[in-house]
Amino acid sequence: MTALDADSALRTDGLGKRFRQTWALRDCTLTIPVGRVAALVGPNGAGKTTLLRLLVGLLAPTRGSVEVLGQSPTTNTSQALSRVGFLAQEHPLYRRFTVADLLRFGQACNLRFDRDLAQRRLSALGIPLDRKAGALSGGQQAQVSLALAVAKRPDLLVLDEPLASLDPVARREFLQSLMGAVADDGVTVVFSSHVIGELERVCDHIVVLNHGRIVLSGDIEMLLAEHRMLLGPRTTNDLDRSPNVIEAIHADRHTTVLVRDGAAPAPGWQPQPVSLEELVLGYLRRPAHHGTGSTTRESGAEA
Amino acid sequence: MFVFRLDSGSGVPPYLQLVHQVRQALLLGFLQPGDRLPLIREVVESLAINPNTVAKAYRQLENEALVTGRPGQGTFINQTPTATVSPATYTSLRRGLQAWLDRAYAAGLDEQAINALFTSIHREAKVEDVA
Repeated sequence: MTALDADSALRTDGLGKRFRQTWALRDCTLTIPVGRVAALVGPNGAGKTTLLRLLVGLLAPTRGSVEVLGQSPTTNTSQALSRVGFLAQEHPLYRRFTVADLLRFGQACNLRFDRDLAQRRLSALGIPLDRKAGALSGGQQAQVSLALAVAKRPDLLVLDEPLASLDPVARREFLQSLMGAVADDGVTVVFSSHVIGELERVCDHIVVLNHGRIVLSGDIEMLLAEHRMLLGPRTTNDLDRSPNVIEAIHADRHTTVLVRDGAAPAPGWQPQPVSLEELVLGYLRRPAHHGTGSTTRESGAEA
Repeated sequence: MFVFRLDSGSGVPPYLQLVHQVRQALLLGFLQPGDRLPLIREVVESLAINPNTVAKAYRQLENEALVTGRPGQGTFINQTPTATVSPATYTSLRRGLQAWLDRAYAAGLDEQAINALFTSIHREAKVEDVA
């Protein structure tokens, strides 16, 4: 095992999953280092949930391999999963259980379970332990689910769309709790989201999925440093053919080009830094099944 | 206790926003030698921000010798007020900017255009700084 292996919380190699005739995920090779907070983004149906379920052993790969904390989640389930916390979409809880019941249940089902920690967390949030889960607000249910997952003291926390059903206040509170857990335990986090706006403050790593394939993956800061938005007079050149050009948007008199690496701007082109949202959208708008090649859009079509 | 804020739409990386806020507070005297910055955990809880980001900002401030981290106690503003500008420098910068603004208005730029230009150049400078 190389040093690199030791530093990755999870890695997949050529991972693919087929449901009947349809590939939900293909050729997925990625590494997420320990201690990262990684966002998995992409449109609905991109394969986010499939990838997460493969990571936690709820699905078995059709092709390729998954390694989570050095173990395969499907062949070495109990060992691998004792160190992984998973929050499914909509944070499902037993609705008739009180919060205290859920904590007792969590303790009974897990080798490692810090019930005191969970109780302290929930009390600090003002969530009554004697209330039935079904009677809690959506935000409170999300917090209870998170507290249960964190009480396992996992080394890896996998969350499927944890923010989707939450209002802005609950969303912020949820992220505060999640980031608190990262600060306390140094847990590695992977969570899916189709909202990009809020991610930059919480994530340092991003994986972008589209049509079942990874279109962009890596350290956010490095990716932003590697890309530029070039603004210049409208051009009819074949810029789109260059592998460094991710997307070209043509307005009546000017052209905006998202480029990766080295592509030194020709005279008259003004380089500008790119935001995470622009970067993600640029890659998502690239045609499917192309490693290179870019999209060309006429801005008039948008208006 | 010093309170950080974070503007998600500014385009400035979150860790740099924290660094800038400390520099600015030092310049304006809102932070003084010996003051303790909030613990990483406290910033994380209040802003819902990645702890690595806060740690990175504090590391950068330490590298700039503006603060010192003391294990188990926190991060403190240094005694040497390295960041304050002398009144002379301040006046000269102000005059230079005023002269530039006059030229920009004379060239037909309005306030919005000037802000856009300033932000654009500022961002480029920052990108080069980071790279």
